[in-house]
Amino acid sequence: MKKFNLKKTTKVDFATYLGVIVTFIVLFVMQNGGMLSYSMSGMLVPICCFIVMAVSLNLTVGILGELSLGHAGFVSVGAFSGIIASQSLIGVIESASLRLAIALVAGAIFAAIAGVLVGIPVLRLRGDYLAIVTLAFGEIIKDLINCLLVGIDSKGLHVLFNAKGLLTVEDLHLEEGGRVIIKGAQGATGIQTISTFTAGFILIMITLVVVLNLTRSRSGRAIMALRDNRIAAESVGINVTKYKLMAFVTSAALAGAAGALYGLNFSAVISSTFNFNISIEILLMVVFGGLGNIWGSVIAAAVIRLLPELLREFNDYRMLFYAIILILVMIATNNPTFKNMLGKLIPKKKGAEIDG
Amino acid sequence: MDRFAHRRGKLVPLPSDALVPERDINSSPILEARHLGIEFGGLKAVDDFNLTIGRTEIAGLIGPNGAGKTTVFNLLTKVYQPTKGTVLIDGIDTHGMNTVQVSKIGVARTFQNIRLFSNLTVEENVKLGMHNQIKYGMFSGILRAPNYWKEEKRAHEKAMELLQIFDMENLANHKAGSLPYGAQRRLEIVRALGTNPGLLLLDEPAAGMNPSETAELMENILKIRDTFKIAIMLIEHDMNLVMGICEGICVLNFGKVIAKGSPEDIQSNPVVIEAYLGKKKEG
Amino acid sequence: MLEFLSYLISGISLGSVYAIIALGYTMVYGIAKMLNFAHGDVIMVGGYVSLLAMTSLGLPTWAAILLAMVVCTVLGVIIEGLAYKPLRSAPSLAVLITAIGVSYFLQNSALLIWGANPKVYSPIIEGTFKLFDGKLPISYISMLTVSVCIVIMIGLTIFTSKSKMGKAMRACSEDKAAAQLMGINVNKTISLTFAIGSALAAIAGVLLCSSYPTLMPTTGSMPGIKAFTAAVFGGIGSIPGAFLGGILLGIIESLAKAYISTQLANTVVFAVLIIVLLVRPAGLLGKYVPEKV
Repeated sequence: MKKFNLKKTTKVDFATYLGVIVTFIVLFVMQNGGMLSYSMSGMLVPICCFIVMAVSLNLTVGILGELSLGHAGFVSVGAFSGIIASQSLIGVIESASLRLAIALVAGAIFAAIAGVLVGIPVLRLRGDYLAIVTLAFGEIIKDLINCLLVGIDSKGLHVLFNAKGLLTVEDLHLEEGGRVIIKGAQGATGIQTISTFTAGFILIMITLVVVLNLTRSRSGRAIMALRDNRIAAESVGINVTKYKLMAFVTSAALAGAAGALYGLNFSAVISSTFNFNISIEILLMVVFGGLGNIWGSVIAAAVIRLLPELLREFNDYRMLFYAIILILVMIATNNPTFKNMLGKLIPKKKGAEIDG
Repeated sequence: MDRFAHRRGKLVPLPSDALVPERDINSSPILEARHLGIEFGGLKAVDDFNLTIGRTEIAGLIGPNGAGKTTVFNLLTKVYQPTKGTVLIDGIDTHGMNTVQVSKIGVARTFQNIRLFSNLTVEENVKLGMHNQIKYGMFSGILRAPNYWKEEKRAHEKAMELLQIFDMENLANHKAGSLPYGAQRRLEIVRALGTNPGLLLLDEPAAGMNPSETAELMENILKIRDTFKIAIMLIEHDMNLVMGICEGICVLNFGKVIAKGSPEDIQSNPVVIEAYLGKKKEG
Repeated sequence: MLEFLSYLISGISLGSVYAIIALGYTMVYGIAKMLNFAHGDVIMVGGYVSLLAMTSLGLPTWAAILLAMVVCTVLGVIIEGLAYKPLRSAPSLAVLITAIGVSYFLQNSALLIWGANPKVYSPIIEGTFKLFDGKLPISYISMLTVSVCIVIMIGLTIFTSKSKMGKAMRACSEDKAAAQLMGINVNKTISLTFAIGSALAAIAGVLLCSSYPTLMPTTGSMPGIKAFTAAVFGGIGSIPGAFLGGILLGIIESLAKAYISTQLANTVVFAVLIIVLLVRPAGLLGKYVPEKV
């Protein structure tokens, strides 16, 4: 008889999948039975999106160990490419689910391309520089999308780059019956909202499989090795740029898919929706869930998104509270004195969990 | 100390008048460094370094603190690019190569200040050493394709085999960072062996070890050489270790080679004694 | 031509503010090897304190500036002591996240105390100096900004090269352990660096708000990021580098606004940052220090 002896990490992974599946089934039944409030139902898709964003950012920050402050930039690229894909295919592809799937893939691909373009130069930089450059990248994306005019008619897509701010949608010269998809700083309007909770669930599952399986594989080990000791990693023949880029681009692609899902959940989206504050909010989720801890990111993302709904009176102090927690978490997990204190308080401490 | 003498090879000169153990005379040397040098802002940290190491030789690199020993290792592994000279590994010119490429042609090392992947397990550390021997890509890993399972199983078995050298199999699932100091040093050696090297560079492997641990380490270094038939070059301050197991010894002072030869030659060399103890006062 | 000159002058004036802020980043980075993300928000605090001192307390301008400097200095030292000091040996990722936390803390505290509505800042001096029959107006505040920047720059250079504390700062940024062995109190030196940087941030806050007279809790963050860009541009850790980087970045931004696109001015500035880091990772005047193996 085969002995049933699973590794600890395998058990944690299965528990994560199981938790997500059970939660989805419960919420799905409640939603269809009308047991969720209107506002709660409306939050399901955004929460799914943020879970994916947090898990994907954790790949960069927790697993690779590089701080990216431009995650919202990739989300934004994904959102707008997803919107363009989906809106262009209205009337071409009847099935909304298929259009959504195509939009998510488009979002992932374009965000991945952005990831490569940013990653190749940026990943050569040292920690703090990388953080500030990714931040700059997020701002650049926001500005560039603000200059974008996109429309579609029977001849295909019309795209204009409105650098001086002098052009209007008229300059797209759309035919009769053509649709404007993105109107510069006014963003995308008239979006068919085709995102569903089920799609959100599927995207979370795909994200978890990608990130968890990657982490447990040869490539994932190499990525974590770079985080722990770059020089030693090179000495055993690990190609630094290749694996940094692998983590960064995978993270960007997943964020892009989440962005597409998020964008197609609202009838109008502007580029400043995905500003620096969103990057920070995703970072908060990663830090609160534990760096490198994947199920932690899932829970933290859900909680941080739900809190404003649950504690309305607390809303004014929410961000202040987050800031304080952020500082305290960092000091508690990194200061030797605090670590010892924690170690004494919790006699059988599991240690900093890198496997999620 | 001479209980290791029978396991040391006798040094004989090559036609190029470099010294290698007698048994390595018929095979090309694993390492040939010629006129190797590096300058840091005008300061010659290593200058005109020449060394040949036989295919199964255990060589020692010794010298006072700051003599440039670790710099030699950094030059051989391309952590620093030499400003002068050439390094041939297994006959291959390493000019223009980087650390990763040098690792792929068979140079592995440990570090003076331990550099483990401390948040990963002992087994994962060894598997990282074997990184370039494990053959499956990112997508096979994500999709858990058949070759993922096959290769991981093989890697696990090989890792356990390597850990056995130091009786560390039972620590496989511990975090590398949580190991005691001596075990961390040993794990670094195992990880380096994972790369399947032809030349293993050990930077102060016995640092911080007590005499019995050091004696055990000496046995293990010999065992590694005999099992894997590889060359080992080590930097060490513990002269019992160096004189006990090294066949050829190279002495470095102020970035220059001041003596080369067998342990006996080195021990009686006046230049070496002077470098270590200082010049006798005249009168 | 005159148009170009006026853009150039406004660029130099803006660049002087960046340079003063960049000095704070560069000194802290040089000594504590950390990116003090909250530095930009200290500027915002300096702006609010000076504004309130002038309007609510009715203090004279010089006293308001002095008060802002004192408050910011104290704030900087407190931030360093409470948030950064416990993380002296922590990985840079943790320190940076903490700094972001501090930045968020300052912004949201300001939001709670002073509200989200922009406040109108009355410039500390008004009026313009006219050249070429009034075709080239230069505001007094621009002239003041540039002069203050030059004075600070010269003062700091003398301080770090001649005074005992300044030399201690340089020693700490070279090698903390060795500095400690020489009897330098490293913690005190780092606190002093934060104090100087924060006092400069207060001055930068007053000058920035005098040139761009709206004040919000987020006023400091974008200039802060751009000033860091300037510091990196010039070579982080280098005082002349911060000055050069700041002025150049200000000019680039001003010219980009005028001749490329107002909307894309930030894009141009950040693109410059990325290009500089690729071509010369240590910046214009910085030196590259490889990691010791």
